[in-house]
Amino acid sequence: MIEVRHLQKSFGAHKILDDVSFRIENGESVVIIGRSGGGKSVLLKHLVGLLCPDSGEVLIDGENIRPMSERQLLRVRRKFGMVFQGAALFDSMTVAENVAFALRRDNILTEGEISSRVCAALEMVDLPGTQNKKPAELSGGMRKRVGLARAIIYEPQIVLYDEPTTGLDPIVSDSIDKLMMRVHGHLKVTTVVVTHDMRTARRVGQRVMMLHNKKIYASGAPEGFFESRDPIVRQFVDGVADEKEILF
Amino acid sequence: MNLLVNKRVHYVLSELGQISFLARDIVVSLLMGKVVWRDLLYQIYSIGVKSQMVVLVTGAFTGMVLGAQTYFQFHKVKMDTATLAVVSVSLCDELGPVLTALMVAGRVGASIAAEIGTMRVTEQIDALRTLATHPVDYLVVPRILAAHIALPLLAMESIVIGISSSYMVGVHILGIEPTYLWDNMLKYTHDVDVIIGLVKAFIYGGIIALIGCYKGLTCGLGAEGVGLATTEAVVYSSITILITNFFLTLVMGKLVGLL
Repeated sequence: MIEVRHLQKSFGAHKILDDVSFRIENGESVVIIGRSGGGKSVLLKHLVGLLCPDSGEVLIDGENIRPMSERQLLRVRRKFGMVFQGAALFDSMTVAENVAFALRRDNILTEGEISSRVCAALEMVDLPGTQNKKPAELSGGMRKRVGLARAIIYEPQIVLYDEPTTGLDPIVSDSIDKLMMRVHGHLKVTTVVVTHDMRTARRVGQRVMMLHNKKIYASGAPEGFFESRDPIVRQFVDGVADEKEILF
Repeated sequence: MNLLVNKRVHYVLSELGQISFLARDIVVSLLMGKVVWRDLLYQIYSIGVKSQMVVLVTGAFTGMVLGAQTYFQFHKVKMDTATLAVVSVSLCDELGPVLTALMVAGRVGASIAAEIGTMRVTEQIDALRTLATHPVDYLVVPRILAAHIALPLLAMESIVIGISSSYMVGVHILGIEPTYLWDNMLKYTHDVDVIIGLVKAFIYGGIIALIGCYKGLTCGLGAEGVGLATTEAVVYSSITILITNFFLTLVMGKLVGLL
């Protein structure tokens, strides 16, 4: 269970998040939407302790991670898998080495066991046989899939996705959406997706939260959320720019 | 003017503070035994084996030039056969470790800062952290240990090749009598000179890796940030090596005097 209480974050004089509070139950699939630069990725990074809030609390399974040191956080991060916007694959390693990274660091499984876990993870993301490729040889969609395989190989309880379909064509985006749903269904993980892709939000989320003006502005089940008559929600969902913004 | 000075002082103190925190994390990681031998061996290969060519060329030509210049001066006072002794002591005490460290700072310090800096701007370090791996355990400690191990070995290589090449120039080009040349070198070069060189190289290894890692971990965003971090890693480690060398020379000179 993830709980965020009165979270505030600023970079210099620029406030990004102001009094953000919400709760995500185990096994839930939540999509956080909002405008580019609105603080969605910053919020996501707070959940896994990559950023420390200026004030407020982040509780993972009831444990407040704010006062934890980097070394104490490593234990909590075992519960998380994260897929980054640019995949963040280790470019000096092959696909297999990337996917096996966490297992090798644990030093518990044998090489044979690691190899079979890597095969299974790559099969799950529809990339069998790519073990020996380098990240530079992969397309954007394939890199995201490898990133997902790396995130799920050690069977985390929570998977975070940072803009998983950004920069991908609609067909690849569709396959990533299906993959996220498959991982959620098969592994019974808590899923948090940050996106501004409305199709992804409709399909993947059991609940949609909208970050607007540094706060959680609206939240609800996709059916109700996308039918909302609130002008700010409507404007974002329909993708309509202000007159002022057209000039830019 | 005061504001500028204050800003500069604040910047320097803040950098020193951050380096101290990094050093603390390194000590904690070492105490917790977080070193993975495979990573350490790879870094020894990367820092040590791959730096050999540049270090050998530097050592050889430094030895040759130093030998020739010493001979030109000593020849005036008929002390030709003392040439190799001067070369040997100079290389062991000062030039061997310092020049090796400066060359390695250019090659390895820059590469460490660029590699870690690129990992930072492409979120690979964040990915490491989400995979429950402390960046200091995985990126910094193996490099620091490898540099501590590799630098003394590289410095010794440089010293040996420097003395050998100086001997070749002295005997085969300048026509110095080889027996006395070699005998004087052995007579005036003591174990303590070799130990001083090794200790200095050991310390410079740590300086190069620590500054390279620190600059990489704290680099600004984008290509410009990585470029700046790389440049600063080389400049700061070179300056730190030269300044540290002066103090080490004084301290070790005193210690040798006391022994």
